[in-house]
Amino acid sequence: MGWIGETVDSIKSIKIRQLLTQAVTLGMIVTSALIIWKALMCVTGTESPVVVVLSGSMEPGFQRGDILFLRMTKEPIRTGEIVVFNIDGRDIPIVHRAIEVHERKTTGEVDVLTKGDNNDVDDIGLYADGQMWLHRHHIMGRAVGFLPYVGWVTIIMTEKPIIKYILIGALGLLVITSKD
Amino acid sequence: MHSFGYRANALLTFSVTALAFICAIASFSDKFSNQNPSAEIQILNINRFKKQSYGNDEVSLTLDISADLQSLFTWNTKQVFAFVAAEYETPKNSLNQVSLWDVIIPDKEHAKFRIQTSNKYRFIDQGHNLRGKEFNLTLHWHVMPKTGKMLADKIIMPGYSLPDAYK
Repeated sequence: MGWIGETVDSIKSIKIRQLLTQAVTLGMIVTSALIIWKALMCVTGTESPVVVVLSGSMEPGFQRGDILFLRMTKEPIRTGEIVVFNIDGRDIPIVHRAIEVHERKTTGEVDVLTKGDNNDVDDIGLYADGQMWLHRHHIMGRAVGFLPYVGWVTIIMTEKPIIKYILIGALGLLVITSKD
Repeated sequence: MHSFGYRANALLTFSVTALAFICAIASFSDKFSNQNPSAEIQILNINRFKKQSYGNDEVSLTLDISADLQSLFTWNTKQVFAFVAAEYETPKNSLNQVSLWDVIIPDKEHAKFRIQTSNKYRFIDQGHNLRGKEFNLTLHWHVMPKTGKMLADKIIMPGYSLPDAYK
């Protein structure tokens, strides 16, 4: 139990300057992570360059907990593309495949119908009341790449927030008690 | 310098970096595979061709689809998603793509197949433009890897057409 005594001692002996240095270092780490995230948003052209697959509707290709890399270009949307979209009024993005596309001659706008690979029916039931098609402004990006299993960390932290608090608490303690 | 914490941290960082590197190389190796898939589609029968109560045309057809997609499979391939779409132009729309049938191919053995089926998904137009319409049947495929970049391509088969009158 010696490390408890050590921890208590180190908390007692904190000096103001050291504390400020550590706070600034922490701030630098957080802001550089934010800068990288924003730069990724610019490069990929979408607001969420990385999403975690939350449901099993695209199995066996994408399982729950996989990570998808997204990209949004000006190119028109075509069937077969895996698109990520938001329904008006809901904030959880859905990742499904476009199975029907109708492109207007005059305006170039598209009507898109989507369906999850593992679902039996198309997504009409998921759209807002009275909505028959998705339009380009609903679609946030196309999936271009994929990494398995890495997203479980996010799922666990969202569904069991207690783990998030434990992790942040432990990190905070580590920062305060480290002798750097 | 040699505490458990430092060692665990160094081990974790190194293994994550190595894993990311291996995933990137696995994805990159897909570039070197030689791919030459082939496919053929025949329309066996037009089962039903009518105008719905809402005014949209609907077609039901039976297709004979044969394809050899074995060359798309590499060691980094998890599955291939293949689907057949009818593509045509109407006065209002410059492009219409309607998916008629799809299949998930889990491994190389299942990638060479021949199947006769009616369309899995309803072929409904936005309007009533389908009488006598000429359309392409395109076999699209989407290679989903175990890690990394996804690849999609297609074979366009033109020259199909619908009858001039409802059935």
